[in-house]
Amino acid sequence: MIEQLTVFIQNEKGRLSGLCRTLADANINMHDLFIADTSDFGVVRVFCDTPQAAAKVLDEAGFRASVTKVLAVRVPNEPGGLAHLLETIESMGANIEYGYCFSRGEATAIDVLKVVDDTVEGKLSEAGFDVVSAEEVYKLD
Amino acid sequence: MSKYYQEEIECMEHSKLEELQLERLRDVAVRCYENIPLYKQRFDEAGVDPYHIESLEDIKKFPFTVKQDMRDAYPFGLFAVPRSECVRVHASSGTTGQATVVGYTKDDLQVWGDCFARGIYMLGGGEDSVVQVSYGYGLFTGGLGAHFGAEAAGAMVVPMSTGNTKRQIQIMKDFGVTILCATPSYALLIADTIAEMGMSMDEFKLTGVILGAEPCSEATRDEIRRKLGVQYCDVYGLSEIMGPGVAMECSEANGLHLCEDQFLAEIVNPDTFEPVPDGEFGELVITTLTRQCTPLIRYRTRDLTRFIPGECACGRTHKKIDRIVGRTDDMLIIRGVNVFPSQIEQVVNSFDEITPHYQIVLTTKGTLDQIELRVETAPDFPFDEIRALEDLRKRLAAALKSNLQIAVKIKFCEPKTIERSEGKSKRVIDLREVKQQN
Repeated sequence: MIEQLTVFIQNEKGRLSGLCRTLADANINMHDLFIADTSDFGVVRVFCDTPQAAAKVLDEAGFRASVTKVLAVRVPNEPGGLAHLLETIESMGANIEYGYCFSRGEATAIDVLKVVDDTVEGKLSEAGFDVVSAEEVYKLD
Repeated sequence: MSKYYQEEIECMEHSKLEELQLERLRDVAVRCYENIPLYKQRFDEAGVDPYHIESLEDIKKFPFTVKQDMRDAYPFGLFAVPRSECVRVHASSGTTGQATVVGYTKDDLQVWGDCFARGIYMLGGGEDSVVQVSYGYGLFTGGLGAHFGAEAAGAMVVPMSTGNTKRQIQIMKDFGVTILCATPSYALLIADTIAEMGMSMDEFKLTGVILGAEPCSEATRDEIRRKLGVQYCDVYGLSEIMGPGVAMECSEANGLHLCEDQFLAEIVNPDTFEPVPDGEFGELVITTLTRQCTPLIRYRTRDLTRFIPGECACGRTHKKIDRIVGRTDDMLIIRGVNVFPSQIEQVVNSFDEITPHYQIVLTTKGTLDQIELRVETAPDFPFDEIRALEDLRKRLAAALKSNLQIAVKIKFCEPKTIERSEGKSKRVIDLREVKQQN
């Protein structure tokens, strides 16, 4: 599992930039950022270096921030890459809360999933999936 | 040291207390009639004779006094003594109209100090206490009322007034403050700031707090008790009647003893003005029994409370009132429905997933009133999942709908964006184009 920084922000002008500036001032580098938004708030999910320290910095700056464990799997960057992964998890009877994908380079993509069942990671590894470790994505705390 | 400040008065047999009240009621009714033109006119119109009061029940024949009467008499029209005998004035802020002014003679100040000092003793305090007064000083009665009350009890007073919270905390620690007097919201801010500063309550000598001047729910009281780890003394008072100290909460933590030797209290239905049975909620009406400068007959406080029946284990015989659950003029009329902020607060406090801080925002959309409730999720709430937030929103909205009979929009806010004031909390923001008032 890898650690994702999650931040609750109001859907208002200046909040996202404030969040980024706070991390920048603390010299924390972000690698990926995704926003799930509703009409009045957004949940920002971030892969950054030292996520625990980042959450602490944001908390002190008045943000509601926490660290969430998520699953990251490397899949081939080709048609059916994600479908195969999702079908496998489905066959294990596990529920996916949310997910998003990004690619690093041409050949592969990384799929990030919040899965309720903690045993899924081990099972995917056994089934031959390339589960991504934390140090491949960010600097550890 | 006695556990009572004035044992002979505070523990007086109730029948004796009623005799004292009757004697004082006769006196104050005549003083009002002879010295204040408004009362002479009102009593005559109502056909009541202040010289023939047979029992305490006769109070019901007298007309009420309301805040507007005090506004109309601005500034000194209700003084019953020559100006030269008045040694101090206080006034309400006047933010909702003309300010109301009250005056005090030397004896009035003495009585006020004694009433508040009883509360210092209820917290086990006395001449060894160090009392920090973090109420505002000035025309507002909070600061000076607590100040002179603590002095009357023989305590050492630290007159901080409000503001500069970190300095307040430093002084509290360095001076070994044992009793803090403040508004509940300010006490909560102090508690949170102590935690933020990385300090622990073990570093303080605090044993009790005297909190009042704004409404406070049972849950907020619990939160303050838990965070500060001390006895909570709720203090009731209003400037028109005297200031803080009209009623104070003993260590039994179940109601506030009203200073019955000084005040005759009634609880009436706010619509019919008929008395309600003991134990039922209604509007508190107070007659000042000994005040010399600005005595008031049957003053409608607009505060909602009830008498708590039964004897108190602390030994004091004076009747207890419940904490103030709301004000008759706090009532909001939203789409024709009567809503008390205290109802909303009750719902907010029943959800562990959100903090006790909230704000109500009223707006107009088209011709309809809209009500929005702003809340913050608790620090440990799993906000990572939007589904969890949406589920919380639904449950909160359903609870509000069933409690208030109107739909309330819920807005989740970031931590500390809801104002924690250093005085009275601004719980309601009314931005409606046409404000309905009761």
